[in-house]
Formats: sequence, structure tokens, C-alpha cells
Amino acid sequence: MSRLNRFRIVGSLLLGVLLLMGASDNSSRIDRLGHQMMCMCSCSQILMECNHVGCTYSDTMRNELNAGVDAGKSDSEVLAMFVEKYGTTVLAAPTHSGFDRVAWLLPYIALIVGLGGVAFVVRAWHKRRVPATVAATSGLSTADLSRLREQARKETDL
Amino acid sequence: MPQIGSFVLLLALALSGYSFLFGAVALFRRDSLSAVITETARRAGIASFVAVLIASAILVTAAFQNNFSIAYIYHHSNIDLPIPYKFATLWSGQEGSLLFWSLLLSGYGFVLRLRHKTDERLFAHASVIIAAVQVFFLLLLTFAARPFATTPGELPLDGAGLNPLLQYPEMVIHPPMLYLGYVGFTVPFAFALGALIMKYPGDKWIHITRRWTMVTWGLLSCGIALGAHWAYYVLGWGGYWGWDPVEVASLLPWLTGTAFLHSVMMQEKRGMLKTWNVWLIFVTFGLCIFGTFLTRSGVVNSVHAFAQSSIGTWFVIFLAIIAATCIFFYVYNRSHLRTEHHLESLVSRESSFLFNNVLFLLICFVALWGTLFPVLSEWIQGHKITVGPPFFNSVTVPFALLLLLLTAVGPLLAWRKTSLGSLKRNFLWPTVGAIAVGILLIATPPSWGSVFGMRPWTDVAYFYSLIAAMLAALVIFTVAAEFLRGGRVISGHTGRGLVSSMMLLGHRNTRRYGGYVVHIGMALIFIGVLGTPLNRTAEKEMGFGDKIDIGPYSLVSRSFTQDETPNYSSSIAILDVYRGGKLITTLYPESRFFTATQQPQHVPSVYSPLREDLYVVFEGQNQDTGRPIIKAHLNPLVSWLWIGVLVMLFGTVLALFPNAPVPVRAVAAAPVTAGFHAPTAPVGAD
Repeated sequence: MSRLNRFRIVGSLLLGVLLLMGASDNSSRIDRLGHQMMCMCSCSQILMECNHVGCTYSDTMRNELNAGVDAGKSDSEVLAMFVEKYGTTVLAAPTHSGFDRVAWLLPYIALIVGLGGVAFVVRAWHKRRVPATVAATSGLSTADLSRLREQARKETDL
Repeated sequence: MPQIGSFVLLLALALSGYSFLFGAVALFRRDSLSAVITETARRAGIASFVAVLIASAILVTAAFQNNFSIAYIYHHSNIDLPIPYKFATLWSGQEGSLLFWSLLLSGYGFVLRLRHKTDERLFAHASVIIAAVQVFFLLLLTFAARPFATTPGELPLDGAGLNPLLQYPEMVIHPPMLYLGYVGFTVPFAFALGALIMKYPGDKWIHITRRWTMVTWGLLSCGIALGAHWAYYVLGWGGYWGWDPVEVASLLPWLTGTAFLHSVMMQEKRGMLKTWNVWLIFVTFGLCIFGTFLTRSGVVNSVHAFAQSSIGTWFVIFLAIIAATCIFFYVYNRSHLRTEHHLESLVSRESSFLFNNVLFLLICFVALWGTLFPVLSEWIQGHKITVGPPFFNSVTVPFALLLLLLTAVGPLLAWRKTSLGSLKRNFLWPTVGAIAVGILLIATPPSWGSVFGMRPWTDVAYFYSLIAAMLAALVIFTVAAEFLRGGRVISGHTGRGLVSSMMLLGHRNTRRYGGYVVHIGMALIFIGVLGTPLNRTAEKEMGFGDKIDIGPYSLVSRSFTQDETPNYSSSIAILDVYRGGKLITTLYPESRFFTATQQPQHVPSVYSPLREDLYVVFEGQNQDTGRPIIKAHLNPLVSWLWIGVLVMLFGTVLALFPNAPVPVRAVAAAPVTAGFHAPTAPVGAD
């Protein structure tokens, strides 16, 4: 086999692999994008999960999604195409721009404030703590000891 | 019949009104008459239960008798509806479910009023508060959502039928469980508010409230799990949780109730967080009412049937009254809630409870925030947006993983302060075990099963799955180590076998070890959920002998058949399932068409080994070719979710059992030379 033929075969194989990878990428892209959108038949289900018998939207929308991806549109272009046709409610989650960003940010701000707040309170209380004085036990009555035992048991169990 | 039903409801309203008004008057009077009035109010409360029970029985009887002169029966039943679902008609629609709510509330009130000797004054306060809530629901049933309203015009020959999605055995028990949990939070709320109003001395109300809260929490957990199970086996989309507002509404009080069950221990043991605990209970009850408002007012879109109605305003007013009452009595009596101790260390049981509470509330906030954000967005931006599963999953998962970490670590930290030695002793081997699980999941070949051969660096969802698996393992190992440690000590003292000693350990302190079992259940639930990112689907039009390959399984269509019942007609696919060329089972996915409602429904068929679910749906038929469309889902580890729920419920029941008596060892009151040493209590003792 000539060197040229060998190059041709290897080249064809590589091209085939790339095409297959492309196909696989397209199907995973379609699946990923389809999970970022809602079916508009008011079933409140993700587009790729809508399973209503006779749903008049999901098949059309999936075909549009396939066509958009096959036409070489980017993810944002495909999503923009759907928003233009079906409105903002077609997106399954808020976008990361404008006021929608607040939806994403606030939970994490709350997390930082909440956990930070607990850490701050614990430290503040720790600093304010009055050092416990060691009582001379010789003066404790049996009743006192029983009470202290009960207290210790109560505080150390669970 | 409708007239009698309406009259009995009116009577129940009058009795509840009496129980509330006269009960309240008696609590503020301190003369000789107050005891007599309190007793009459208590009896009126009991009688109101009987009246609501009769009203409910009338509605159910009307369903059995196909009495379509009652509009509610006409809209939610039909002649051919199977008998169990006729019974379920009671909670299938707006008016009936509100009547059912009222029935459960009066039932709880009935039990509470019968047990009034436990603490007459505290129970009298709680009884008045429950009566007040009952008055609200009975007003609603009398004026806004009337279950006995008559059908206008000519009497229909048959009813419109029950929603097909509700015609499933679990639907007969899921709503009652959920409502028992939802409504049950009224009782701890009533005790907490009553104790605050009367400045109740001591912790007794906490003990009473905790038990009620645990029962309620267990029922709500059961209700939520049944709902998820129903969604999985009936809705046919291959999932069990879709973050629908109705689902979120049930989750919110569960989260705050769980937080309360943890933080209340700090009040019992250390006299801390009194204000926090009272407010947690107030908020939990408020969320029960708010959830009802959310799902019935039409404020947010929901797939659930009774989402659109005009009773939202009633709930807003009621919520405002609840908030005002709670704030007023808190401000008035807040000195009663002063803490007895402060936290001493970040590494202590107390601070782990605090972090745990913050995380529960954060998840609650995220769920609420996501549910309400579309309304806020419309208000601010002028257009509605959708906040669906992608948002909730990506935000709540990290929070839930932090919570799972605390579930593993928290219970083994000491009160006040934990030493480094204790940390090492308790966590070294469980941590090694958890890391080994992580390595195992990455290093093993994918041929072992869907979750093996994980590549956490390829997708953040896989990374979360791996962390969840490791943390779940950590929880299980730490709890197992704790059982083993205690079991060994008892075994050494008593000469029993290790398993018997561990059982005795659990029996000696049911609350503590029941709690640990609940934690194992939670870990198993996480294991059930962590396979979600690895779900796979395949869909195909199938003729005779056609095959779908999914994961290690091959589905071959053997035949298709049809069936006809008075209630529905159905098409059924008969599919043989092969694994490694060997026939392992046959699945029968079905597509039904209900005659009365003229609605279709899928009935999936599921093969559920522990490793993964093979979930097959008869999607319908191709209009052009007439060939059936079959969709197969391969959902890893889902069975563990249901097992986890059962373990969690078992732990809850265990925690409610009384402790076994502990043999008391004599303790000499000898003088101690330096400081005092608490004598070691027998292992597992309270």
C-alpha cells in the first residue's frame, strides 16, 4: 500500500471518528438544551421529559431544537430562538443576566450570611463566657451532688 | 342530604366558635366560674369533632350513592368509579380536601382534649388555639368553599369522574398521610403559643410538643414519600420529584419541622435557643398555611388540580392574623424565653445543631425563593419567567451535601466542646471508609453497574454524586461505629452477644438511637438520589420482535394486547427483558383511556433490582404507522430511595418508643478531692 493510500485511509478514519463524535456531541447538546427548556403545553415538565399522550407542543419543539442545532446555531442562539417564539417562560431556569441574576445570587449570599452569622455568634458568646470557677466539693451535700450528676447526665447524653 | 351536610357544618362552626371564645374568656378570668367555662369549651371542641365527622361521612356516603345533586360529587366521581376511589373523593378536590383538613384538625383536637388531665391549664390554652384555627377552616367551608353546594339545573345522570392520575391505590393513602402531617403541626404550634401566652414554667411543654412534632413529622415524611412514589409509578416521566409548587409546599414545613426536632434538644439539654425554637414552630405552622395558600390561590402555576381558586384572600388574612398574634405574644412575653447558657465552642454538638438549623432554613428559603421568584420577576420586570428543576437542583444540592456532612459529624460531637482526641477516635475509620468508597466508585469499571467508573471531573453533577456517595457512606459508617462501640461495652458488662447488645443499646435510649436510624435512612435516600445524573433513556417505535437496548438490558416486544373495563380501556405492551442474553423478567407497560373524563394515562412497568430501575412506559401509538412507541428509562439506585424512607420511618417509630429500664448502679456519695466527676451512666441510658 502506498504512503498516499495509507494517509487517505487514516484520514478517512479520522474524519469518520470526528463525524461520529460530532453526531454524539449534537445528540448530547440536544439533550442538554432540551433539559434547559420547558414544554409549553402547560404540563410544567422539562421539554425532554414531557410524556403527555397527544401533547401538541413537545414533538414540534423537539423538532425545532434538532433543526436549530443541525443548522449550526450556538447554545445561546438556540435558546434565544425559543424565547423569541415561546416567551421567557420557555427557559427552565432564570438566566444569568439582569434581574434574573438575583435569583442565583441570593441563595449563596444567604448561605454566607447564615453560616458566617452562626460562626460569629459562637465566637462572640465564647469570648463573653465567664470562666467557670472550680467549687470546693467538700462542702457539697449529697443532694447537691445528685443534682449535679443529673445535670451532667442531661447535658452529656445526646 | 346536602342540606343536612351544610347544617352539620354550621353546627360544627358554632361549637368551635364557642370552644374558642368561651375557652379564651375562661383563661383570662381567674374566678370560680372559669373552670366550669373551660370544661364546657373543651366539650364543645369534642362535639365539633363529632359534627365534622358526620359532615365528612355524609359527603363520602353521597359519593357511594352517586348523589350528583351535590356539585362536588358530580365533579369528582362517577357511577363506575371503583369503591376505594369513591372513598378518596373526600380529598380529591378543593372543597372536600378542606373538609378533610378540618376533620383531621378536629380529630387532633379531640385527642388533645381527651388528654387534658396531663396539664389542664396548658391543654386548655392549646385547645383554644386549635379551636381558633378550626373556626377559620369551618368559616371557609361554610362561605367560600362549600362541599355541599348543589348542582345547578337538571340532575346529571353521571358524574364527570375522578382525575385518572388520582386513580391509583397510593392516592387513597398519600393525601391522608400528607394532611395528617400538615394539619398535625397545628398541635405543636398550639402548645408553643399557649406556653408563651401563659409563661409556662419549665420544659414540660417541650417534651409534649416534641412527641407531637415527631409523630407529625413522621406522617409528613411518609406523605411526601408516598407522593414521590406515586409520581414515579403513575406520572410516567421517570422521575419522582419535579419541584412543583405543591411539592415545595409540603417540603417547607418538613424542613423547618426537622430543624425544630434538632434544635429543641438544645433547649432540653442546655436551656438554649428558646426564642429560636418557639419561632421555628410558629414558622412551621405558618408555612403549612402559606403552602395551602400557595397551591390553592393560583398565585403560582401548578400541575395539581386545585391550584386555581378564589380562596387565596382568606388565607392571606388568616396568615396576617397568625403573624400578628405570634409577634404580639412574643414581644409581650419575650423575657420568659431568656437563654440559660451560651455556646462555648465552634466544635461542639450545640454549634453543629446551629449550623444544621441554618442549612435547613436555607434550603427552605431557596425552595420558597425559587417558587415565588416568577411572581417577583413579573412584578419587577413585567414578564413571568420559569424557575424549574435546573435552578432548584443546582442551588439546593450543595446545601443538601453540607447538611449530609453535618448529619455524619454532628451526632458524634460532644456537648460544650469536642477534643481533638475524641474527633480522631470517632471519625478516623469512618472517614477512611468514606474515602475508600469514593476511590472504589472511580476506579471500578462501568460494567459493574451504572454508578461505577464515575468520572467526577467531566460534569459537576457527577462530582456531586460522588461527594453524596462518600458522605452517605460516612453517615452510615459513623452510626455503625457508634452502635458497635456501645454494643461492645454492653456486651462486656452483660456477656450478651454483640447484636443483642446493640439492640439493647437502642432500646435503652430509643430517642438517640432511633435518631441515628433516621440518619441512616437519610443517607440511603441520598444514595437513591445520587444516581439521577446517570439516568439514561431510549425511545423506539416497536413492532413484534423489535428490540431496544439500554444499559445492560435488551427489551424485546413479545406482543401487544388490549383490555376493557367499565372505567377505562387500555393498550398493553408485553416486553421480555434480557440481561446478558438471559430472560430475566417480562414487563407490561400500559396506556389507559378513561371513559368518564376522556383522559389518557400511562401506567409504567418497572423492574427494580437494587442496582437500578428499568422503567418502561407505553408512550402511545404513532398516528401514521399505528406502531406502539415504547420509552425505556434506566434509573440507577432508585430502590435505595424507598428503602431509605422505610428505614427513616422505622427510626421515627423507634424514637417514639419508651426506653427500656436501665439497671441502676449504686453511686457512693464519697467526697471528691478535685472538681467533681459525673458518674458514668450505664451505656445507652438517658
